[in-house]
Amino acid sequence: MAQILIDGCVLAASYALIALGITLIFSVMRLLNFAHGELFMIGAFMVYYVYGAWHLPFAIGLVVAALVPALIGAGFEKFLFRRVMRIATREENTMLLAVGTAILLDNVALFLFGENQHGVPETVSGVLQIAGGFLPYQRLVVIIMSLALIAVLLGFVQFTRPGRAMRALAQDRDAALLMGVDVDRTSMLGFAIGAGLAGLAGGLLVTIQGVNAGIGVNISIKAFIMIMIGGAGVVSGALLGALVLGFAESIGYSLLPGSETYLLIFVGLVLFLIIRPQGIMGHPWG
Amino acid sequence: MINSPTLKRRHLLAAAGGLAAAGAGLARPAIAAMKTFRVGVLGVMSGPDAAWGLHNKYSAIATANMYNAAGGFPIGGDKYGIDVIAMDDQLDPKIAVAGAEKLTQEQGLRYVIGPNVDTTALSIKPVMERNKAIYIPYAFNKTLYTPPAENAILGMIASYEAGPIIYKYLMQTKGIKTIAFLAANEPDPLNQQQAGVAAAEKLGLKVLVKNATYQASATDFFPVVSPIVKQKPDLLVFSGVAPATAPQLIKAARELGYKGLLSTETAQDIKILNQGAGKYADGFISVGGASTPEIRSAYMERFVQEYTKAAGEWDDEAGTKVYALEMILHTIAKAGPQAISDTSAYKAEINSFAMPNPFLKSASTLKYVGAAYFDQKRQIGVPMVVNEVQDGSFHTLFVGSVA
Repeated sequence: MAQILIDGCVLAASYALIALGITLIFSVMRLLNFAHGELFMIGAFMVYYVYGAWHLPFAIGLVVAALVPALIGAGFEKFLFRRVMRIATREENTMLLAVGTAILLDNVALFLFGENQHGVPETVSGVLQIAGGFLPYQRLVVIIMSLALIAVLLGFVQFTRPGRAMRALAQDRDAALLMGVDVDRTSMLGFAIGAGLAGLAGGLLVTIQGVNAGIGVNISIKAFIMIMIGGAGVVSGALLGALVLGFAESIGYSLLPGSETYLLIFVGLVLFLIIRPQGIMGHPWG
Repeated sequence: MINSPTLKRRHLLAAAGGLAAAGAGLARPAIAAMKTFRVGVLGVMSGPDAAWGLHNKYSAIATANMYNAAGGFPIGGDKYGIDVIAMDDQLDPKIAVAGAEKLTQEQGLRYVIGPNVDTTALSIKPVMERNKAIYIPYAFNKTLYTPPAENAILGMIASYEAGPIIYKYLMQTKGIKTIAFLAANEPDPLNQQQAGVAAAEKLGLKVLVKNATYQASATDFFPVVSPIVKQKPDLLVFSGVAPATAPQLIKAARELGYKGLLSTETAQDIKILNQGAGKYADGFISVGGASTPEIRSAYMERFVQEYTKAAGEWDDEAGTKVYALEMILHTIAKAGPQAISDTSAYKAEINSFAMPNPFLKSASTLKYVGAAYFDQKRQIGVPMVVNEVQDGSFHTLFVGSVA
């Protein structure tokens, strides 16, 4: 039982960072970032190179893991999505563009980083035993840092001017524009922060999971599951979605073979969405 | 006039042109004499399993480069330059079929290395059998190699061949009595898991966990491994595990306090194991190729260098892929140049073919095997090298063989 709880906490903490990033982007741009998993992967590779290959401090690796995806996200928003959202007559156009960015990043990553799996040394070794369960110190670091980053993000969104602008944009884009919010800059900032969060999550988790150029798609799928459960565009929903998915996996795997666990997760998700399509904390659309 | 720069330049140019023409004339007979043997490589070269197909590709390129640098491979009195044409099937049966048709119908190739898994290998079987093209899959489904099929030749040791040998060895040397299996929720690993369970039960081992699986997309294996580790099997087998996933499974098991043995019947890469699992990889048992230093020959050393030039770095998993193109070339050489376009001549040579294994230090013979499993010899008799990780390197535990 202790191990199930520990595993659930670790999964939930790491998923929360991923979910927050994609929710932030959705809230400011009403766009599902299909490339979210790829940005996670790029962040992981940044830590691999900076910390694993070049032996620089892990903290520098994390900074790079956040910065590079943030710059990519900002670039995507400014040069791709902004224009398409202005001139497109159908919503599907931006969705297709989002898919295109994911495929682009997948192939660029394969070209630049190759196909092999890579790992990095732990920043702290050893295993803590709690009530019969095992918690490696590296995972404890991930939990603590994830919670700290979530707190910083929530504080930023709640108490800073750009954060308030993002919340205004999320509530009503037109009203925010009328209130003097620089919509373009705020959208770019939101996308950059969301992308940076994905990169940070990748940078933290590479110490546990390693990275290869193909992990992006699966991370994106998990991110979608979380925001579908919790509610798209709602921060509390993202956190709740991460909690639900993390513990669903932990409990499911302990009781059932892996294939049945995810089958049940998807069946449960579909049934839940039939009853509450906006997710637990989301608002009905329209 | 003679000292005029213009004239001097003209004379020089004329002389150069004459020399070039003479040189071309001399060279033309040599180029015309070197024929080309084209071989295809079809496998997964993108995504998380890209390593498997890329190792096939780079192994073939390395072999080709070695022979091309030496002036070509001799077949029937002529020297043949080797041309490798690689295609990525993306682990998708539809793309594999399209690739097989392109290679064998459009390009007219009769020899293809790959694919890497059951689904893609089975998907191209009708194409290859219809076009009478020989292919060297790294897939274990027996219907590929059993009559009426006749064109597939298994390129490595199958898990149902390696498993019993490894389990028996560990029963005798380490006294294991209980075993558990964990596999990715995909056809190949699940088949290997089933075969492993059957082999273990036949040997009298108590199977504690038969059907534990994880999503192929899983990145955190603690929840999957912890219920298995709780049962404390003497040996935990990761059936059909990909090189990218093995280190994470190993690390999860060891961090959860598991003290028993860990093994797999697929080839692994020591660099990836070290990066991902660190010291936890010690003691991990896997099937390898001819690449551990204690057993590899000078020829294998050269191959490793050539492979590194082609791929950018050496990968131990490629040690299991070195045999395919060598066997194709040497079998054609013995069968005669007609085998280049007529694979029936190649197949006629299979039963009696034998050559010294160029990759191992110790004297051994390379031949086609597999009659015990497929009712016909449709497997390259690669030596079954079982490795154990010790202090960050593979060490040969033992070398076996398949009948």
